[in-house]
Amino acid sequence: MIRFDNVSKVYAKQTHAALRDVSLEVERGEFVFLVGSSGSGKSTFLRLILREERASQGQVHVLGKDLARISNWKVPQMRRQLGTVFQDFRLLPNKTVAENVAFAQEVIGKSKGEIRKSVPQVLDLVGLGGKEDRMPGELSGGEQQRVAIARAFVNRPKLLIADEPTGNLDPQTSVGIMKLLDRINRTGTTVVMATHDQNIVDQMRKRVIELEKGRLVRDQARGVYGYQH
Amino acid sequence: MRAQFVLSEIGVGLRRNLTMTFAVIVSVALSLALFGGSLLMSDQVSTMKGYWYDKVNVSIYLCNKSDAESDPNCAKGAVTSEQRKQIETDLGKMPVVDDVIHESSDEAYKHYKDQFGDSPLAASLTPDQMQESFRVKLTDPEKYKVIATAFDGRDGVQSVQDQKSILDNLFELLNGMNWAARALMALMLVVALMLIVNTVRVSAFSRRRETGIMRLVGASGFYIQAPFIMEAAVAGLIGGGVACAFLVLARYFIIDHGLALSEKLNLIDFIGWDAVLTKLPLILATSLLMPALAAFFALRKYLKV
Repeated sequence: MIRFDNVSKVYAKQTHAALRDVSLEVERGEFVFLVGSSGSGKSTFLRLILREERASQGQVHVLGKDLARISNWKVPQMRRQLGTVFQDFRLLPNKTVAENVAFAQEVIGKSKGEIRKSVPQVLDLVGLGGKEDRMPGELSGGEQQRVAIARAFVNRPKLLIADEPTGNLDPQTSVGIMKLLDRINRTGTTVVMATHDQNIVDQMRKRVIELEKGRLVRDQARGVYGYQH
Repeated sequence: MRAQFVLSEIGVGLRRNLTMTFAVIVSVALSLALFGGSLLMSDQVSTMKGYWYDKVNVSIYLCNKSDAESDPNCAKGAVTSEQRKQIETDLGKMPVVDDVIHESSDEAYKHYKDQFGDSPLAASLTPDQMQESFRVKLTDPEKYKVIATAFDGRDGVQSVQDQKSILDNLFELLNGMNWAARALMALMLVVALMLIVNTVRVSAFSRRRETGIMRLVGASGFYIQAPFIMEAAVAGLIGGGVACAFLVLARYFIIDHGLALSEKLNLIDFIGWDAVLTKLPLILATSLLMPALAAFFALRKYLKV
């Protein structure tokens, strides 16, 4: 699903590398936590998967494709097979819940009939049935993140990238979000989630990848957040 | 891609930037109205040239008795019948000469009487004061010089006069005005383009959230850019429509009604409606494509896709 071969990333005008010689593989259907302090390279790791950035050295394969070899105009097609969730939700404030989710389908040209069918379905899945016509501003943080997850999942991606999805939420709400991501993972979608939330990582007992100053320092099946905590 | 979705996005974008949209419309309208105006002006000048050049000719005035006393060109006396004959045969041999009419002093007197018969000056004139002349029609009115060099200063010739040179002053004035209109148009065009680029930049910035999300869910670059480009194109097209309306109204009020130049200056042949109407598609196409292209290049810089 994802393979990094000796990947390094140095941003322009910077001397030290954001990622150094990282090699790893994520299999189909896995649930992976990406941990590490701020500046450890987590965001760069995710941006490379999304091909927001290109690797300076080494190769990144996502969904069986070498990202260095995908031409720019084919990148959107690749991204349609990925779902993304962020700490700040990234919802459109002037669109309703249903419209926000539908947006992800409209921009890739799904028909109106398809959208009318799949939007309520996915909103039910994330537990927001009946809130289709609410505006994001009227929802709690947890509910807004559920909308974002619904939008990420509505096109049934094979891979879901989550960048600190619980970063703005209280512990109880976070548990709900994690249950939801776990459920999505059980449908066969690979989930890669960057997080700072120790409790969540310790509870879920999933694979943990730890980065430190751009290096891969730990890759542990059924791991915990960190040794020193 | 669903048209309805794209159209609603365009509407939202145009309304959000209402002041900028208005500025784009006005500047595009002004620059294209000037563009159309200068095209029509060129048409008008060439219509007038065609009309007038057809009627003008080169006159070779011959010396008469009174010239022999007063004009240094005629110091050798009035024209002799031999000289007259020589001039006529020489004219006949020149390839640029289309037609030659000889006007005797009697005929000149008659023409003058016909035209200005009531004036006190006409009453005091006598036929032998009038100059006899050759009215030479050229195949190409620009070739006046050939006649001038051949006959100016020849015995019996008082002067060679090109009627075209009188008209040329007028045409030069019109052409000058035309160039001024073009310079103004170029300036307005630059203003319009800069406004469009800026509008697109502001618009791309205010919608970076949407475009960021579109990118994340895998919208193609074209799909993300299309609303911006079409916004610019729609605003431009409205401006082009205004420019067209302006030209049509200008033709109507300056030539036919209002100023009604066609009645007041009936010696001038004015451009017809066809000249105006054939310019409109060009203006509309320009108003659509130019802003769209400007937006396209602006987006390459200001919108990551």
